[in-house]
Amino acid sequence: MPDRLYVSVSPHIHSGESVPRVMRTVFIALIPSGLAGVFIFGFPALKVMLISILSCLITECLIQKARRQKIAASDGSAALTGLLLAYNLSSNVPFWIPLAGGIFAIAIAKQAFGGLGANIFNPALAARAFLLASWPKHMTEFLRPFSADGITQATPLTVIKEGAVKGLSDLGISYWDLFLGRRGGCLGEVCIIALLLGALYLLWKGYIWYHAPAGFVLTVGGLSWIFAAQGFLKGDFLFSVLAGGLILGAFYMATDYVTTPITKRGQLVFGIGCGIIAFVIRRFGGYPEGVSYSILIMNALTPLIDRYLRPRKYGLSKSK
Amino acid sequence: MDVSKFITIMISMVFINNFILSKFLGLCSFIGVSKESKPALSMGFAVTFVTTMSSMITWLIYRYLLIPFNITYLRTISFILVIASFVQLVEMVVRKSSPALYRAFGIYLPLITVNCAVLGVAVLNSEEFFINGQAVKGGFLMSALQGFFAGIGYLLAMLLMSGIRERLELIDLPKSLKDVPLAFIIASLMSLAFMGFSGFKF
Amino acid sequence: MKRLLKEFTKGITIENPTFGLVLGLCPTLAVSTSVINAIGMGVAATFVLLGSNIIISSVRKLIPDQIRIPCFIVIIATFVTIVELLMKAYFPALNTALGIFVPLIVVNCIVLGRAEAFACKRPVVDSIFDALGMGVGFTLALCIIAAIREVLGAGKLLGFSLSKGFEPAAIMILAPGALLTMGLLIGLVNYWHIKQKTNKEIKRVGCNGCK
Repeated sequence: MPDRLYVSVSPHIHSGESVPRVMRTVFIALIPSGLAGVFIFGFPALKVMLISILSCLITECLIQKARRQKIAASDGSAALTGLLLAYNLSSNVPFWIPLAGGIFAIAIAKQAFGGLGANIFNPALAARAFLLASWPKHMTEFLRPFSADGITQATPLTVIKEGAVKGLSDLGISYWDLFLGRRGGCLGEVCIIALLLGALYLLWKGYIWYHAPAGFVLTVGGLSWIFAAQGFLKGDFLFSVLAGGLILGAFYMATDYVTTPITKRGQLVFGIGCGIIAFVIRRFGGYPEGVSYSILIMNALTPLIDRYLRPRKYGLSKSK
Repeated sequence: MDVSKFITIMISMVFINNFILSKFLGLCSFIGVSKESKPALSMGFAVTFVTTMSSMITWLIYRYLLIPFNITYLRTISFILVIASFVQLVEMVVRKSSPALYRAFGIYLPLITVNCAVLGVAVLNSEEFFINGQAVKGGFLMSALQGFFAGIGYLLAMLLMSGIRERLELIDLPKSLKDVPLAFIIASLMSLAFMGFSGFKF
Repeated sequence: MKRLLKEFTKGITIENPTFGLVLGLCPTLAVSTSVINAIGMGVAATFVLLGSNIIISSVRKLIPDQIRIPCFIVIIATFVTIVELLMKAYFPALNTALGIFVPLIVVNCIVLGRAEAFACKRPVVDSIFDALGMGVGFTLALCIIAAIREVLGAGKLLGFSLSKGFEPAAIMILAPGALLTMGLLIGLVNYWHIKQKTNKEIKRVGCNGCK
């Protein structure tokens, strides 16, 4: 009864939403693609996921202990980072790759900035960029789907980049294969249909907005169609959307609460910016895929986007 | 001077060989002035102006003074003197002629004299655009562009950095990483992100 | 003698140019890809520091106060030119490896900083010890950073291969690795200061370029 006499700090009415619940929901949304990854690439994919998640969790605990904070690893954010990192790895990486990636993601990209809610760069993607620059050989070898004997296969985008073939028809696979994930690639990015299923769940639950993903996907697809290597307006819209890590990046990384703009307008700008950078890297850059780099670069721009696209204060006119 | 050369210089200096994030030139002022966005922006503009102008001036000095008299070993000493006097001159002119402009970016000018980005781009120009003591065709224009885009790259890094550091202002950071160390870590992650542009081809 | 020894050791310990004063960052990060380069850079900078400190402190009463900075720069640039020519003649490989960072010793804030803060106020002998201390401190700091980067990034130390058990992380010899190493090392020094309660956290870059 005595607390009736105090005024608590705002917010006074809470929706009941909490960090663990959000993280749990995103986790659930990611499960189908994880299952698909294990189904396509076999048991090693599961191993990579487990090591990555454990590495993130342990690092988070250790740092929070060292900083004498309450250990909050059970809120699921570190585990989610670990899962997303694993989705960005090949299934046949040696065990220390997800281990090192997890440590980098949590220690450098998240906790050095002050922990949950304060990081500027997406931890999973920062760790992926770190691993790719450190051990390029392990990061660019992908297993052929449904083969237990360790035969490697380049991703469709790598094949196109090397200039051996021009389009889908020469690759010997169909759109349907791309859609279901019958191709070489990172373990969580290949099965588009599972990713979309999870994304629909998140959209339906209202956990993510469509602005950033839509801006991202349409920009990459549109630019690839217009400025294609085959000629003006001769590109392959669907291929460019399905072939890389675009769907994973657009729906699960470009919608991250912490590292992307706050407003819907800002999210749209974020998505379009990502799309332009990803397209430019794919088309002209040295790497076959630019989705992760594009999101990292736009992460760095996010504070500026938030500042210049600040919503108008209620009651004030538009021009200051 | 065709378009592809222009674009190559631009992309290279702004993104791939960004002076701060991959060549480590001008780091001191980058870490020191990037805490707030307004001074950071002014500093960026001042650096861009000075790198552009000093690229042109040092190219002329190298081409018409040092090479004809065969005294290219005086490059370092002559460049730094020319840059220092030029910056001083600009500062005086700006202070007398336009107080508003002076307040906006003039106060940053004296700091730039010993900024290694300025001397760095001048030295780079004298190495890249002169082969065996002969000026490369279009070298003057390319030097000016290289200086300009080096400044733009600096400005870009400065802008991003100051935005990020402003956002981190109110956050409970690990005590020993506050300020300078964290600035390096942010720069490291930005550099990592910009690596995506490496290997550009047209 | 004790005083001189103090001038020498302070550059290595509390006023270490890299970890104590955070000066001369650009060459520190750029050339610390291998220990050999670090030593070369350290020796070159020490030579310039020594020469300029001696000359500046011996002519300190002749230099008018208003134009002291240009005078310092000319003196420093002279020694840098000497180093450039010597290096080109006797260590061409090192010269190529260090690249534009040899001429850039001119704008290395350590050299100008010592001229401004020490040599123009103190007698020659003191300045010599100051220069040597600072030079050795700079070289040591460079070597530490370079050793970390070379071992982790190339799996070597001074050119000898160490990588039997692990695969080197190539990123450590690239730009992001340099920045990361530097950030974490300064963080470590800060941590040590906090532990010692010396309250000497590295707050601001004391570089001449951003006073």
